Amino acid sequence: MSPLHAAVPLPNGGVLAFADLPQLGRGHFIGALLAEVADGARIAAYFAAPTGSILELFAILARDQRGDLAVLRTEIGRDFPALAGRCPELQLFEREIAEQYGCVPIGHPWFKPVRFHPNWSGRDAWGRGERPLPAVQDFYRVEGGEVHEVAVGPVHAGVIEPGHFRFQCHGEQVMHLEIALGYQHRDIERLLLGGPRPATPHQVETVAGDTSIGHASAWSQTIEALSGCAAPPRAATLRLVALELERLANHVGDIGALAGDVGFLPTAAFCGRLRGDYLNATAMLCGNRFGRGLVRPGGVTADLGAGQLATLREHLTPVARDTRGAMELFFETPSVLARLEGAGRVGAEDARAVGLVGVAARASSLARDVRRHHPLGAYRSAAVEIATEWGGDVFARAAVRRREIEGSLALVQSALADLPPGPLQVPVGELRPHALAVTLTEGWRGEIVHAVLTDAAGRFARYKIVDPSFRNWAGLALALRGEQISDFPLCNKSFNLSYCGFDL
Amino acid sequence: MLKIIRERLRQGHRTGRFPAEEPVLPERFRGAPRIEPGRCGDSCRGCVDSCPFGAIELTAAGPRLDLGLCIFCGDCAAACPHGALSFSRDYRLAARRREELLAGAAGHQLAEALTGEMRRLFGRSLKLRQVSAGGCNACEADLNVLNTLVFDLARFGIQFVASPRHADGLLVTGPVTENMRYALLDSYAALPAPKLVIASGACAIAGGPFRGSPECHDGIGDLLPVDLYIPGCPPHPYTALDGLLRLLGRR
Repeated sequence: MSPLHAAVPLPNGGVLAFADLPQLGRGHFIGALLAEVADGARIAAYFAAPTGSILELFAILARDQRGDLAVLRTEIGRDFPALAGRCPELQLFEREIAEQYGCVPIGHPWFKPVRFHPNWSGRDAWGRGERPLPAVQDFYRVEGGEVHEVAVGPVHAGVIEPGHFRFQCHGEQVMHLEIALGYQHRDIERLLLGGPRPATPHQVETVAGDTSIGHASAWSQTIEALSGCAAPPRAATLRLVALELERLANHVGDIGALAGDVGFLPTAAFCGRLRGDYLNATAMLCGNRFGRGLVRPGGVTADLGAGQLATLREHLTPVARDTRGAMELFFETPSVLARLEGAGRVGAEDARAVGLVGVAARASSLARDVRRHHPLGAYRSAAVEIATEWGGDVFARAAVRRREIEGSLALVQSALADLPPGPLQVPVGELRPHALAVTLTEGWRGEIVHAVLTDAAGRFARYKIVDPSFRNWAGLALALRGEQISDFPLCNKSFNLSYCGFDL
Repeated sequence: MLKIIRERLRQGHRTGRFPAEEPVLPERFRGAPRIEPGRCGDSCRGCVDSCPFGAIELTAAGPRLDLGLCIFCGDCAAACPHGALSFSRDYRLAARRREELLAGAAGHQLAEALTGEMRRLFGRSLKLRQVSAGGCNACEADLNVLNTLVFDLARFGIQFVASPRHADGLLVTGPVTENMRYALLDSYAALPAPKLVIASGACAIAGGPFRGSPECHDGIGDLLPVDLYIPGCPPHPYTALDGLLRLLGRR
């Protein structure tokens, strides 16, 4: 059998009986995985899970051009061969597996902890006896008389999340940046085990609080796959509205933050207010600015009556106009563009190698957008243009956001103009036992992956979450190579990644 | 330049008139609970059983909701068949003591102002150092909103500062993950005395959605002495602002 036929295809939002997923021999698994990657597939998730008395390794591949996913499965023991050298986008996944289950990826080129938590199996992959302390690891160091090291964090200067950054600098120039996270680690994947429980949706919504709709959508669609139902059309459309409002709030906020960092105060001030106007639009829909409680398996919990619909549309019209005004000023001011262009460049080759997703990937010319390649719900019939840019720099990441703001405004307006009638919820039945369900959702930062394995009773035996920030912090580290350290805040804001989404 | 002025004129003056004028919050906003025990059904436990975080207790005086455990999801109001528990649009929630977050039929005890020397020192100028100790970043996002021109926090003499050495108080968000415990305690130690501690959001008060996680401490608890609790998941910016102004005796 050709290695390309070993992987089991799965549509996004699909479900597979465990019995229909053959366990491959290790060599066969590796051959199939590398063949798929060589054929254009990328890694959506790569995780270990205990099945019965053994530990198994699962690879979820996204085949964007074919519009489907593919799954591979093999057994692993106390160690497994690292593929990071041949497929660099696996490097962080392999370290995560080692940290969670204590199995060592043999031959890993950058074998360091990810979140600094005690091992789940009681067997530490690094042989540490005590509970690990965050950011206690061997950092890459550059030696030399004029080389100095700058350490920042975990507590930063603003109202932001904690993380540790270690720069190797020659004068102002950054030669290498290493990022150590894990401070926000709440152990979410293990909190979800044995679920779903009443607290589960609230824990999923707070994986990354600024992406509540994104994660709640991924969760709900995964549960719907496992129970064999689908959100009715009206609910699917309201989910689209909520997800695009989330994108709008964050993209507008990010442009404002970039404006603030380059000292262009008009757009900074306008966007700070406008971001709130989009959050308030979400609150008009469900009562919470972050969309908490709106998206649930089976549909949504809040409707828009005719009056509320009209009020929401009236609210958004001037907000859209003011957003465009703020964007125009920003992108038409030469002194702003001079600060953005060429800063923090990540080339397409590097972006592909480390497996960037979302805004950061599209800014480096990679056409990756789940809404287009693997659409679910109302996105199946929505016109989504993939906004790509060529530069891979701060400007490109800003420009992608500007174009996506336009795209999201159009999506929201057309969805609200033509909200399908019908129910908001369908009943959700029992979850299928011994099954694997996978859902990809394009959150505002990028691809969110939820992959769930159920046990004999249909409870969660493994709930794997891949937040886009898990993929993209590596992009920020690459963007800083050769940059001035004083441009770190600007580069950082152009990615605006989540610490808690990474830390789980 | 002319374009900037034109856009500025078009977008207009946007700073709110709070606290002189009350804010208008969305119709569906869930603020302070409204508990009407008279409407409760006999031996009905709908609200108690529906709460994912055990925030509701049945007492002789009817249901009692712990605003520290509550994430304002509204599951209890939806589960109540008698309309005895609902959420109002009242955004004022902050309290000074943990036990004052217990809300019954008469509501709960809103925060009282600092007194004496603390009021004299901080009443007109309060510098805060914020520390995220876990959580989901929504609390941080809605605190940052206070610095936008809509709220313009600085007009009240309140400011978030970069160093704990420059701060009068620590504003903590998140359930205090084990991985952030040392950094939180170090930050507190770096503050010059006298100092305040503010627990903002359900996580910092009692662990929020992550209550019970082996990697979290269920909020600040006994790690630090807390002077102000701001409930919410996350607290609405007006809830946080109201709490801060009450603490300073400005409301």
